[in-house]
Amino acid sequence: MKRFKLMLRNFAFSFGLILTVALVLVALAAPLLAPFDPNVQDTSRRLEAPSHEHLLGLDDLGRDVLSRIVWGARVSLRVGFSVVILASLVGIALGAISGYFGGWMDTIIMRVTDILLAFPGILLAIALVAVLGPSINNVILALATIGWVGYARLVRGQVLKVREMEYVTAARALGARSPRVIVLHVLPNVINPVIVMATLGLAGAILSEAALSFLGLGVQPPTPSWGAMLTAGRRYLGEANHLAIFPGAAIMLAVMGLNFLGDGMIDALDPKYRKEM
Amino acid sequence: MTQYIIRRLAQMIPITFGILTLVFSLIHLIPGDPAIQIAGENARPEDVQQVRHALGLDQPLGRQYVNYLVNVLHGDLGRSFQTNESVAVQVRQRYPATIELAFGAMFVALLVAFPLGIISAIYRNSWIDNVARFFALLGVSMPSFWFGPLLIIAFAINHEWFPVSGRDAGLRSLVLPAVTMGLALAAILTRMIRVSLAEELTQLYVTTAVAKGVSRGKAIFRHALKNALIPVITVLALQFGSLLTGAIITEQIFSWPGLGRLLIDSISKRDYPQVQASILVIALTYIFVNFASDLLYGVVDPRIKLE
Repeated sequence: MKRFKLMLRNFAFSFGLILTVALVLVALAAPLLAPFDPNVQDTSRRLEAPSHEHLLGLDDLGRDVLSRIVWGARVSLRVGFSVVILASLVGIALGAISGYFGGWMDTIIMRVTDILLAFPGILLAIALVAVLGPSINNVILALATIGWVGYARLVRGQVLKVREMEYVTAARALGARSPRVIVLHVLPNVINPVIVMATLGLAGAILSEAALSFLGLGVQPPTPSWGAMLTAGRRYLGEANHLAIFPGAAIMLAVMGLNFLGDGMIDALDPKYRKEM
Repeated sequence: MTQYIIRRLAQMIPITFGILTLVFSLIHLIPGDPAIQIAGENARPEDVQQVRHALGLDQPLGRQYVNYLVNVLHGDLGRSFQTNESVAVQVRQRYPATIELAFGAMFVALLVAFPLGIISAIYRNSWIDNVARFFALLGVSMPSFWFGPLLIIAFAINHEWFPVSGRDAGLRSLVLPAVTMGLALAAILTRMIRVSLAEELTQLYVTTAVAKGVSRGKAIFRHALKNALIPVITVLALQFGSLLTGAIITEQIFSWPGLGRLLIDSISKRDYPQVQASILVIALTYIFVNFASDLLYGVVDPRIKLE
């Protein structure tokens, strides 16, 4: 609690927290907040500009843009959280095994991470979705496949440090077995940087989902996704700019909020990382 | 140094094989029978068989893998389902456009980041520094697939200064895509230059130079900046690799006829050999650029012992 209060004094953290909480609330309360059904079409009023009735206008099929953005927050967060949870669980497990046991398991896991790191992330995600087929679950799978590497490296590095600490030796001397030592003594000490990485990873996953959907490889219509809305909007630049402007703004606010939050945590949690900028 | 190069090259071998294996596996990750998926659900059995044979999918997996490696080593990346010509033809045609875009973006990034980074480092915590910091944050948070359309609205539709898309108007058509892709890099570089130069400015050798009568401007530009640029150059080279993948999205926004657009087009046409070839070439260029930037690091800074 004391630490949280300390963090709140950090401008980046508080600003990021406000944006993130707003994002989560919008996603949770989507049915209450969205003024219209996001999928109801009125083609006679397609591309209508923002008005009192439709604050952010109507899209190319005459659907309410604001409602679609509100529901789109759910898609973004669903993908974001699923990716982060999957990637961090796999990454933490493999990183802990790699760092704690060393040996051939370490060698294999680290060589796999080498290859995945050498391969540009978004390209691998595109490749995976291209063969698996575009869908929300495949996007999650693809992004988690590239995402776990960072956690594994981070946790392995931390475990290597912690492994040599006296309290771990003590736990082992008292007869604790490896899984117990890892879960009870090693992992709690590496959890802070993992939380920071997860926060920044959430921003990255939301951005990547939007990018994949923008390329037509992500969430498929009619499900409202900010990235897919932007693709549609790109076709009507000039005649209906609101189609591209508002979903893009939503992506940016969400990503910026999470980035601020993560940066703020780095500053607050670890004075060593306190950047001067 | 030679030893370092050899060792780095040796490290690249397993990574290259890993990437080849990944690209090879792609076709086998297609759910169900890849041949049916590619030929279409309603294809005649003989067509499916033809696809299977054309892709070599009727051979044992091990043989397929070896064939793939041998073919790639001979520069044979396969034949396109669409045009039936070698996929390498398209890749060769599209490659220069992507490289041009990447260099254009880098040029834009340098043009913005240098003055901004240097000024913020010199006038630290002034209003101009704050503006630069805000710009840097904006730059990293703004998705290119939003920034690009905004630029199009402003400078291609509202003011018809640049073409909306394509690559036919010479340098004019390069401007908007390059700015779109350069923004994020400009933001990163501005931060790097600021931190790096600000740190050098506190060093004793700068104070000494000023004490000996060197003008402040000379001390900054002749002495401090030179040292401050070392980490910047490395970041720049490393980022060139990510520009290549950034091009996938930017090329889509501006219908820029590069490798990225080729990749997305071939995905929508289910032209898997072309997909594999595009991915392979982008990935190999990426690791080669990263390798080159590692070497560059040793060249620009003689203090760094490459162990």
